[in-house]
Amino acid sequence: MNRAPLIFLGIFFTLAFSWTGIILTNQLTYGKLEPIVDQTENKSYPEALPGLAAQGKLVYQDLGCIYCHSQQVRRPGFGADDKRGWGDRQSVARDYIREGRVLLGTMRTGPDLRNIGARQASRDWHMLHLYDPQITSKGSIMAPFPFLFETHKIVGQPSPKAIKLPAPYTAVPGYEVVPTPRAEALVAYLQSLKDSYAYPETRNVFVEPASAGKMEDKQ
Amino acid sequence: MASVPNLAASFDPATSPDLVKRAELSEIDASTKVPALFFLGSAVLWLLVGTAFALISSFKLHTPNYFGDIEWLTFGRTRTAHLNAVIYGWSVNAAFAVAFWLMARLSRSVLRHSGLLMIAGAFWNIGVTIGIIGILTGDSTSIEWLEMPPYATPLLFVAYALIGAWALITFRFGKSGHIYVSQWYLLAALFWFPWLYSIAQIMLILEPARGTVQALVNWWFAHNVLGLWFTPIGLAAVYYFLPKVLGKPIHSYYLSILGFWSLALFYNWAGVHHLIGGPVPAWVLSAGIAASFMMAIPVIVTGINHHMTMVGSFSALKYSPTLRFIVFGAVSYTITSLIGSLMADRQVNEVVHFTHFTVAHAHQGMYAFFTMVMFGSIYYILPRILLKEWPSAMLISVHFWTVAVGITVYVVGLSIGGIKQGLEMNNADIPFLSTTAASVVTNTIPYLLSRSLSGVLMTIGHMAFAVNISWMLLRPRAPQATTPTLFQNPPEMEVAR
Ligand code: HEC
Repeated sequence: MNRAPLIFLGIFFTLAFSWTGIILTNQLTYGKLEPIVDQTENKSYPEALPGLAAQGKLVYQDLGCIYCHSQQVRRPGFGADDKRGWGDRQSVARDYIREGRVLLGTMRTGPDLRNIGARQASRDWHMLHLYDPQITSKGSIMAPFPFLFETHKIVGQPSPKAIKLPAPYTAVPGYEVVPTPRAEALVAYLQSLKDSYAYPETRNVFVEPASAGKMEDKQ
Repeated sequence: MASVPNLAASFDPATSPDLVKRAELSEIDASTKVPALFFLGSAVLWLLVGTAFALISSFKLHTPNYFGDIEWLTFGRTRTAHLNAVIYGWSVNAAFAVAFWLMARLSRSVLRHSGLLMIAGAFWNIGVTIGIIGILTGDSTSIEWLEMPPYATPLLFVAYALIGAWALITFRFGKSGHIYVSQWYLLAALFWFPWLYSIAQIMLILEPARGTVQALVNWWFAHNVLGLWFTPIGLAAVYYFLPKVLGKPIHSYYLSILGFWSLALFYNWAGVHHLIGGPVPAWVLSAGIAASFMMAIPVIVTGINHHMTMVGSFSALKYSPTLRFIVFGAVSYTITSLIGSLMADRQVNEVVHFTHFTVAHAHQGMYAFFTMVMFGSIYYILPRILLKEWPSAMLISVHFWTVAVGITVYVVGLSIGGIKQGLEMNNADIPFLSTTAASVVTNTIPYLLSRSLSGVLMTIGHMAFAVNISWMLLRPRAPQATTPTLFQNPPEMEVAR
């Protein structure tokens, strides 16, 4: 007896089952989730990324930050995301609906970055940290990104964009280290990362903001 | 011992009692020679490339300034180049070669249309090369397991379509009426993979789904590539070589069928456990967790079946390289799958998710299981298609011990380090990074160093393997049939000659 067709049907239906369940059902039930329009502020949330930040996201993708950083906050009580100050509330599906590419990530060699814009707004800090994490975070195992910067000879006025490197990282006298447009875009992206809006579905999972200073002893 | 003549015969094709069958088999083997060599050769080259990127990435993780200012060698790219080289380069090429060879043997028909396969192979390898260069030069999509840029993936599609067409033709022309369980696995794998891959490409890249539906598609794909593509091919090989080398049938036909269908049913729901705690509907996670627990059924059933086949023949491990690698792989399959089920438990997941534990687990699956089974298969297949023996038993031994010890150090080290990392990360009193006090980041460094050490060991093993293969290809064929290269000759074979 040739049982090949029977085996084949089985093979087909098993995968069709999970395809329907995991992919199709969810696509139908929440694949059309809409932003929420806040009447008082006359804005819709989540907001679209500003142009420069959207370019920065591409830099984030091409350098592979996702392999060390997640962008999803777990609910209070499940892990210590809230206590570490990674977010005041759990991330919800609606937070991501404007993103062409969702970068949840599965690794936390470094901290979660979903709300890095809220916790670290300083451009200068980000620039120094990207140039070499050892400057701001001694002992870090984060990759340095010096190639996002250019060393120029100072002609006339020093550039206002140049980063202020501490010793022993300082550039040769007469030279300055200036972020490339990619670095500026990447930092704009990092600064834009914050999920602060309280959607109806998040209101019951709010917690007190974590006490400052616990996250890293450098702060 | 009744199994003695059988055992000797099965090691050595030249002494097979059934000469007619033997002749038929060598005709079939000969027909697979060119495509199998092409895919295996590509696989081994990719293995070396992937190993180089693995070592660089591993060093960078504890010594971040190593090659720190070279953009294309930044961690996020080398790590991704490593993954794509070992998955789409090494593992898929090896899987194809082993699958064709098994298909031809099991359907007892010579391999036809090998030209089709060669074109497919060329497309596949050019696609992977372009994809990896794309990743290194900054065009990665940053979608895990699907990083290759969209200008590389169509080549992979063409390659796969050709292979699928070829598989259908071969399956139809098979002579053997009975369908052995290995064929079930192969047929399923060849059918599942393009489905997974095309849905993922469409819903993530061509016409991206909204929000975190993307994450569901991503993990439905990425987990199923392991479970519904590499696992079936690995198991097909185990089911073929274990009885073949031992010269006795598999323990239970019934168990192998049960194992197959329970895997088919449960595995494909399990992938979403990668999103536990994440912003996706709770019911999908619960379904994924349940399916992950149910995976214990196929795993235990298959484990019992393999183990019971081995019982009474463990001494053969002393002699046969193929058997040693395959048994290492089969045992790893059982262990890693059971750990995988455990990792889906919410309490366990709360700790190990986002840590190096997952990395250890992935390597236990893809290396300790799949790659070891592929090594074992290659040790069996190459002499039969080249009609030459392995030049050096010593190199095989070096290969086995370095990679066996290497992957064990790797998995044990990173698993312990990962659990520690997870427990500390969930305790906000421990700083994330500190140079003065114990911190999450600094506490992982010893384990990252142990990983680099194991990486060096495995690199030595891969080089021994590559040298042995090149030597084998280059040396002239012996005029007479020679004895097979074993770690040591079993006593009964000395008598038989
Ligand atoms: C090899 C892993 C690794 C990679 C790759 C990596 N990081 Fe990090 N990152 C870390 C670690 C570890 C820390 C914590 C120590 C520190 O502050 O440097 C960190 C910290 C950070 C912080 C500070 C977080 C906080 O809570 O203070 C930011 C911002 C950041 N990384 C951004 C990035 C960006 C952007 C990229 C990609 C261009 C990137 N990282 C790539 C490992 C990595």
